[in-house]
Amino acid sequence: MDASKTTDFAHIGRSVVVKGELSGSEDLFIDGQVEGTIELRGNSLTIGPHGQVKANVNAKDVTVQGKLEGNIQASQRAELKKTAVAVGDIVKQRVAIEEGAYFKGKVDIQREASKPEGQATGK
Amino acid sequence: MKLFRGSSANPGQPAPARPAGQRLTRRSSGLAEVTKLLTSEETLCVLDLGSTSAANIRYLTERGHKIYSEDLLDASTDSALVIEDELGKPTLDSRLFLKENLVYPGTQFDVVLFWNLADYMDESLVKPVIGRLWSLIRPGGVLLAFFHTREAGPDSPCYRFHIVNNDTLEMQLIEARREGRPATATGFQLQRVFNNRHIENLFRDFSSIKFFLARDNIREVLVVR
Repeated sequence: MDASKTTDFAHIGRSVVVKGELSGSEDLFIDGQVEGTIELRGNSLTIGPHGQVKANVNAKDVTVQGKLEGNIQASQRAELKKTAVAVGDIVKQRVAIEEGAYFKGKVDIQREASKPEGQATGK
Repeated sequence: MKLFRGSSANPGQPAPARPAGQRLTRRSSGLAEVTKLLTSEETLCVLDLGSTSAANIRYLTERGHKIYSEDLLDASTDSALVIEDELGKPTLDSRLFLKENLVYPGTQFDVVLFWNLADYMDESLVKPVIGRLWSLIRPGGVLLAFFHTREAGPDSPCYRFHIVNNDTLEMQLIEARREGRPATATGFQLQRVFNNRHIENLFRDFSSIKFFLARDNIREVLVVR
């Protein structure tokens, strides 16, 4: 998803600093600094190239282009772009990590009961 | 042990230039042994200590294993680690390094992919890191490591390793560090060459060790905890 080109999402800009719990029911694009927790269970989270997030993240889809320090719980898909620097554990059904991304942590693929074949992908 | 610190066998002759991002393929007998374990067990806990490799994460998670990724060589370039020894020479603080890295309380690994780290890591960290890994590997678990032979020469480039299939690795030249991360200007330099005796001493606390000599002046070592 190229969140920066869509309008149907909330946007935390580069100059914004948020400390605390973030939750919502719409997609979120973060290019600023966030520290705390992020709960977007049915929606997507994108951490932009300038984003710096220290939080455990729970969302449907998670895309990281900037820096994330915290665990990712994604019900559908998590993706680390080549500019990503991610430190934390990833629990999800599908993961995509672009060549060049930095990752420190654990990847634990949660398999769907109806789909015994692995769905992990890496680019 | 022969030290290569900052030296070159032929200082006037730089190592042949290799294109950035160049990838070579090599067969790995050590990986083939590890693969037997990976295919015979249901869910294993694997620790990859090389640069982040999407290929390795894919290969292991597709087979149902849990993978932990930690770029140990990159972490060792943190300038905060630099201290002076009793002679006033710069060295790295291994205690601080192990306080911030290889910290997995309650986790025991079945497989550790150590790759070529011992040859490129600062000498002050090598033994403490192997000691920590011994405590992190479950009894019967294995560690795969690569060591250069003397014939490889001091300018041997530092590669990262991607698993292609059961016994094949793709080697990618490690390029300059990224901005915003602890950095050296360019890649990593071979620090020393271990002979067989040094390697056996390094892993003396492990229960067994097996050597595989490859054609590209690399000794592959598979040690069992």
